[in-house]
Amino acid sequence: MCIEERHIISVIVQNESSALSRISGLFAGRGYNIESLTVAPIPNEELSRLTIETYGDRKTVDQIEKQLNKLIPVSKVVESDDFIEKEMVLVKVPVFENLSDIEALCKVYNGTVLNVSDKSIVAMVADEPRRVKFFIQAIQKHHPIEIVRGGVVALER
Amino acid sequence: MQISGAKMVLESLKKEGVKTVFGYPGGAIMNVYDEIYKQKEIKHILSRHEQASVHSAEGYAKITGEVGVAIVTSGPGFTNAVTGLANAFTDSTPMVVISGQVPMSLIGTDGFQEIDAVGISRACTKHNYLVTDAKDLPRIFKEAFHIARSGRPGPVHIDIPKDVTAQITEFEYPNFVDIPTYKPVTKSDIESIKLAVDAIRDSKRPLLYIGGGIVNSNSSGLVRQIAESTGIPAVETLMARGVMGVENPLLISMLGMHGSYAANIAMSETDLVISLGARFDDRVTGKLSEFAKNAKVIHIDIDPSSINKLVDVDFPIIGDLNFVLSDMLPLLTEIDSSKYSDWRDTVSKNDDLHPLGYEKLDGILKPQEIVEKIGEMLGDNANISTDVGQHQMWAAQFYPFSRARQFNSSGGLGTMGYGFPAAMGVKVGNPERVSINITGDGSILMNIQELMTAVEYKIPVINVILNNNYLGMVRQWQTLFYDNRISETDLSTQPDFVKVAESFGGIGYKVKTMEEFENALKDAVEKNIVAIIDVQVFRDENVMPMVPAGASLYNMMLK
Repeated sequence: MCIEERHIISVIVQNESSALSRISGLFAGRGYNIESLTVAPIPNEELSRLTIETYGDRKTVDQIEKQLNKLIPVSKVVESDDFIEKEMVLVKVPVFENLSDIEALCKVYNGTVLNVSDKSIVAMVADEPRRVKFFIQAIQKHHPIEIVRGGVVALER
Repeated sequence: MQISGAKMVLESLKKEGVKTVFGYPGGAIMNVYDEIYKQKEIKHILSRHEQASVHSAEGYAKITGEVGVAIVTSGPGFTNAVTGLANAFTDSTPMVVISGQVPMSLIGTDGFQEIDAVGISRACTKHNYLVTDAKDLPRIFKEAFHIARSGRPGPVHIDIPKDVTAQITEFEYPNFVDIPTYKPVTKSDIESIKLAVDAIRDSKRPLLYIGGGIVNSNSSGLVRQIAESTGIPAVETLMARGVMGVENPLLISMLGMHGSYAANIAMSETDLVISLGARFDDRVTGKLSEFAKNAKVIHIDIDPSSINKLVDVDFPIIGDLNFVLSDMLPLLTEIDSSKYSDWRDTVSKNDDLHPLGYEKLDGILKPQEIVEKIGEMLGDNANISTDVGQHQMWAAQFYPFSRARQFNSSGGLGTMGYGFPAAMGVKVGNPERVSINITGDGSILMNIQELMTAVEYKIPVINVILNNNYLGMVRQWQTLFYDNRISETDLSTQPDFVKVAESFGGIGYKVKTMEEFENALKDAVEKNIVAIIDVQVFRDENVMPMVPAGASLYNMMLK
């Protein structure tokens, strides 16, 4: 019953300055996890979409959904296991790492090298969250200086 | 019509039918107070502390069923009001609280009396607004009142910067509310109601579990009809005291940590919990895994998040209890009330075995007998408010409540200092009845300054202090669970409450015998001014029965 599982919750919310803090405050105040959170306005609408990656058992996730729906500016909450998910990662490695190795690695994970300077190489990948984790493991041997994860975005099939 | 933002506040309140507001002025809200000065339709009551303003507005809301309104200034004015907002939030009371804010140009500069008010109130309101343009004020007020009173009611906070109240612009109050993202349910689908009715028909030992939602939805008449037509016994939560009426043979009593033996055993033995606007609070359920262990659960609630939050529900019904019970009542008529007579016998045998009670002592008053005496003398003619602690439980256990809204208490948040200002709001909302605040020697000092307000506005609340020279409920836990280490709960150092009352212009009595108490109460009712009756009671009385925190509901200490 109490199995902690990963869940993606997509929230459609009215564009107002305090909407994000209402939602993050709800998670903090009620002790729910936020693994990652992305937010951006929906084009041509007065709404934004948040994608929240969370961990919790079924009962907790049901409560999260209901509590989100109680917030006045929240228009819609979608929790599903049928999402197409993507996450983008930027990574910076020292310039003395082998560029073609890095290029090859990025290619496997839908990515590419973006910039090479006298100090560092910056690359990006965009892939399923599960595969992004593999990429982050694989890049370790190239001594990454910084890794920036973008958080999960998702759309229902 | 071109008017100032401040005038819009007053005009909006008038459009919403507000007649009385409670509040306290200050720099950032002065434009609004200037408009209060210029008009006569809305009466403003000047509390002596912003916390009390909000509690008074809540008492007013609870007795009238209307939206309570309080007005405070920015910074400390607002932070003082936060406890009141939190109290109304946990007890689902419809309220609108308006605060001043520093001018827009100063927001974010750590200005004088600036605090991020909406940032603070977000966690303890149903919704809140920071108004950035006076043209939004009419819409925001319309929405705020709608949100406060619809769905599961709650407090709404409106924070208005000073320059917005000075801004002059067009005022047109909207006739309709349109919040596309907020559509609270009213009626429930009939299929889920039918399933619940089938479950009731199949049950052998059903139990009505009545919560504050019945009071908020004005459904106590329907609940009484359902109980009477089916013969199903009922237990009430603290928030629902009075719904069934003390004379009703189907009412067992209050359940929970200090519920009656019969009520808690009934909840433990029932095969069908019929939850009506109750929320399975930890003070009601005791150990959750043992709660109503062999029962199926019907849960009727307007708030979907209440369902399956703590207890797994077999028959969820989301809707306004007034609509749901109206739909349900005709379907229940075919149930023969004799069907549950064995079950009712079991319940009443349990009640005979361990009725709510106490032992009288010679020479010293017991707190419970004072509550009973007030009930005997005033009964239905009084509205009873309480503070928080032992006296609150004795009031809930022993007062003969006859109607919904007669009992007014801080249930969810447990706010000491709530009772007196709330009882003032009750008196303003229902002046025909006597307003009693049953309080303790700890709680009364937490808003004692309201004596001044009560004298100035002639609000004759009678405060009955069940004075045991202790912070009694904490002392009780120390005695029972902390080897009697009485840490910081001995309140033997006390003011002379008679002189306190008199110095404000009220009336005070110190009583030690029942005869003195009767005379004092009679005199206070006749004199019709704010009063304190300081009743010296037996120091070491405990509230019983008691389910220790975390224990199963059926594991009660009886003595």
